[in-house]
Amino acid sequence: MKAKIIVTPKKAVVDPQGKTVQNALEHMGYKGIGAVHVGKYLEIELPGTDQEAWRRQIDEACQKILSNPVIEDYRLEIE
Amino acid sequence: MSDPQITPELVEKHNLTAEEYDRIKNILGREPSYTELGIFSVMWSEHCSYKNTRPLLKTLPTKSPRILVGAGEENAGIVDIGDGLAIAFKIESHNHPSAVEPFQGAATGVGGIIRDIFTMGARPVCAIDSLRFGPITGDAGAVANNRRLFSGVVSGIAHYGNCFGIPTVAGEIYFDKCYEGNPLVNVFCLGVLRREQIARGAAKGIGNPVFYVGPATGRDGLAGAAFASRDLTEESSDRQRGAVQVGDPFMEKLVCEACLELLATGAVAGIQDMGAAGLTCSTCETAARAGTGIEIELALVPQRVPNMTPYEIMLSESQERMLIIVQAGREEEVKRIFDKWDLPSAQIGRVTDTGRMIVKYHGAVVADVPAKKLADEAPIYQREAREPAYFQTVRSFSLTSLPPAPEPGEALRRLLAWPAIASKNWVYRQYDHMVRDGSVGCPGSDAAVIRLKDDSLPMTKGEAVPVTTEKFLALTVDCNAAYVYLNPYEGARIAVAEAARNLACTGAVPLGATDNLNFANPHNPELFWQLRESVRGLGEACLAFDAPITGGNCSLYNQSPAGPIDPTPTIALVGLIDKPEYITTQWFKEEGDVIILLGEVLDDQDPWRGLGGSAWLQSLHGLKTGQPPRLDLEAERRLHTTLRGLIYSGLIRSAHDCSEGGLAVTLAESCISQQIARDTPRLIGAEIDLSFASAETAWVDALLFGECQSRVVVSVASTNAVKVVERAKIMGVPARRIGLVGGNELRLKSASSEYKWPLVELHDLWWNALARAMSD
Amino acid sequence: MNFAVLQFPASNCDQDALHVVRNVLGQAGRFVWHKESSLAGFDAVIIPGGFSYGDYLRTGAIARFSPIMEAVRRFAADGGPVLGICNGFQILCEARLLPGALIRNRSLQFRCEHVFVKTTSGDTPFTGKIPAGKIMRVPIAHGEGCYFADDETLQSLQDKGQILWQYCTAQGELTEEANPNGSLRHIAGICNPERNVAGLMPHPERASEAILGSDDGRLIFESLVTWFEARVAKAA
Repeated sequence: MKAKIIVTPKKAVVDPQGKTVQNALEHMGYKGIGAVHVGKYLEIELPGTDQEAWRRQIDEACQKILSNPVIEDYRLEIE
Repeated sequence: MSDPQITPELVEKHNLTAEEYDRIKNILGREPSYTELGIFSVMWSEHCSYKNTRPLLKTLPTKSPRILVGAGEENAGIVDIGDGLAIAFKIESHNHPSAVEPFQGAATGVGGIIRDIFTMGARPVCAIDSLRFGPITGDAGAVANNRRLFSGVVSGIAHYGNCFGIPTVAGEIYFDKCYEGNPLVNVFCLGVLRREQIARGAAKGIGNPVFYVGPATGRDGLAGAAFASRDLTEESSDRQRGAVQVGDPFMEKLVCEACLELLATGAVAGIQDMGAAGLTCSTCETAARAGTGIEIELALVPQRVPNMTPYEIMLSESQERMLIIVQAGREEEVKRIFDKWDLPSAQIGRVTDTGRMIVKYHGAVVADVPAKKLADEAPIYQREAREPAYFQTVRSFSLTSLPPAPEPGEALRRLLAWPAIASKNWVYRQYDHMVRDGSVGCPGSDAAVIRLKDDSLPMTKGEAVPVTTEKFLALTVDCNAAYVYLNPYEGARIAVAEAARNLACTGAVPLGATDNLNFANPHNPELFWQLRESVRGLGEACLAFDAPITGGNCSLYNQSPAGPIDPTPTIALVGLIDKPEYITTQWFKEEGDVIILLGEVLDDQDPWRGLGGSAWLQSLHGLKTGQPPRLDLEAERRLHTTLRGLIYSGLIRSAHDCSEGGLAVTLAESCISQQIARDTPRLIGAEIDLSFASAETAWVDALLFGECQSRVVVSVASTNAVKVVERAKIMGVPARRIGLVGGNELRLKSASSEYKWPLVELHDLWWNALARAMSD
Repeated sequence: MNFAVLQFPASNCDQDALHVVRNVLGQAGRFVWHKESSLAGFDAVIIPGGFSYGDYLRTGAIARFSPIMEAVRRFAADGGPVLGICNGFQILCEARLLPGALIRNRSLQFRCEHVFVKTTSGDTPFTGKIPAGKIMRVPIAHGEGCYFADDETLQSLQDKGQILWQYCTAQGELTEEANPNGSLRHIAGICNPERNVAGLMPHPERASEAILGSDDGRLIFESLVTWFEARVAKAA
């Protein structure tokens, strides 16, 4: 089993990395694209088969340490 | 999974000649195993064995009463600085990996040199770097790639140095077409220790346990040393992407602290970092130095990926690993300290009395090699040297053949914005150059000055003995490779002279030097000639300035399909400043101060009037030709001694040496290079009168931009001006008053013209040149 | 006065902070390893700069879970002064001892240079000796020093005088050019509502001796010493 977590900057937070990547894409010829947001992807390998038990624990870890709720949002999938 | 059969093709792929292979068979008395073939190929690569350069390196001066550990003995040389203290320093290159993956190549270069310092028992306290790339301005197609490499290398050095916590306090950066596709990344590190804390990389004590400490081994950098010993081709660049090591500065910081803590317990019999050729090199070198043998079991080596073969484990260049020989019975202390720092450690073998390096894998012997023969008896080659054809061509160049140049008003503007001369703040503001509270003044002056205090030292067992006297060191790294290309012997002498001059301007006396010889393919007689002549010049000048070579690095095969690099013997010099009041900076200080030129205004005997190989010729005419300005070593020594004497007498307010761009650039920099804070320079003008010099208009460019050697521009309080000129003359140093500090312009009068530059404009061109080039 | 200087794996500015405490201020101090759990006997805590845990995941994110941080929480709750410098400020924000967060510099590059900073609010243990109107010249060295908080928090910080230091020009003006990292409201440092926990991105411990270029930073440390001595005198 794996936990797949995507951490992204909150919309309200300035994302200079995202802006830079957007500019770079436009310079390369990808015209008309919208905003770019740069985030983080984490994979955690999990033993056993109890998805629900792990979901609760990893969700808590996401809020406590893996993301900073002041500046980040996260999405969690277990498969 | 069985080892491949050893065929002539496999031997060639390992960069060994048929003769070298025979030599290996003679040493072993049989055919080597596949693992042994790998071991010999890395140990006998140029990078590890110096087989093409050892005869030349032996001619360099390496001795002085201050040398405690000399060149070639250990991982870095050590110099006594008085009061029971010593410094360990060295410079190293990571050129080929940086060409392929600039960020990690440069980062791991920093990591490697830091390890070479703390493996000697010293606490690393500062770093400097010397970098070269292809041009970053202009329309040529390669410019984008040059910018990418430049940016990546600087980020990599910043990332590693900042995270480890070592200030990068000085450096030099050049841009030239010859480095396109073959950037040079030379990194220097210096550490401090007490004399009794010197640690050696010798496997002493039969029966002592051998420990591996640091992160687990993976497939990083497999055969990196062999890769460094080959020309870069398109194909090799792609194939080698897997060979570039990835560094972890956080891990290095932990390993460094843990090792210093362990060394303080006295439980360490020998210690060596696993750098080029990883476990192979550290194992056989420590055994060879001690005259003992080592036996290790690879199954005990912590591994990051499953199913690594013995070949891979022995040749891996995974970073941040150390080999430590521990006094028998004290294994628990190793475990305690490394557990405290949450670092892996494993006992992987023992010191034996067989003189052989025996490598086992799950009990079976996969390599059994005599350590000394492997470490010390690589073949030595006397390469053929031949003066190259271009040498005569450049000597026959005449200034009269030049088209009209931009007039001096415009020329100075262009020179100050020329990337090799322009302010490097775009680079050093990315480096934490202040961590450790030891950086006296900011980057931008002739040499960096650092302060050593209690916490510069590694911890000691028991009560720490406080450092009663603070010490001040000056550091600089220099090499004008254009000069070396035009005349390797002269150019190399000038590199050392310039470094020593930078030190003198700061109030420092040279202690020692470390050299990084960056050259191309030694099998080419014309290129080897450059190497031989450079080493000759380097040695002569180091002797003249009492700056023995304490160690260094050789990087050969620096060439790409486009051609070889210019011969680039980078030299880093370290000096001692006796008192903080002697520390001198290069910017003018007060309105009304008198400006004095020490040295000759013009060299009438030089057919190129100091413009040979000059920045003026390169940037305004696109030419690298002529001969470098003449250097009189005796005159240069007299200058340094005199300048230091004047500084010690408290007579000098600022001192800046003349180098690229000549007198005009030196004066301009003295007016504009002091930075108080962000966006806050301190600009202070000057009014210069050079009308005493030859009136021929043809010579104005030489007067302003010629790079005659042995010259320093100083500023002094007006009441001391006469005294300073007189004292210099008595010491045999030409000296004359050339102007006054003041105003918000640089005004310069020659016999035929007057020039005027607003400082705000000069500063903007100089300060922002690199940022503008990089944001285009 | 007895200072605790916390040490996390790869705190790099711990030695600098202790050097200033002992050799410049002449006070007592020692390192406290992150695995320790007590701050008994200390009068002030400094969380120094560096790259604790390599700045992996997020800067300060892992350090804030070290055992010693529980003791820091108690120490602060009891009114003890806590000063977070650079990475220390980042750790205090991650630990929610200070509001907001530090994110990547607007320029996306690490920046090491001297900046000008004005003291915006006083009445804390960290600001007592800073003369009114003084513009301090102190160095910054960070890649993630851009202060961020939502509008509500920012307004509250301003209203309650919790913004202690702001980036400014040599004349004390708040401008975009003088702001080295894009921090909202030019914030260089803040304190908590109780005014005993403060964090700042600039490094006062690198500006406490004239030979290093500026000794304005010493004023912050001297403020702490004076505040402490006044408290001791009052208790006596």
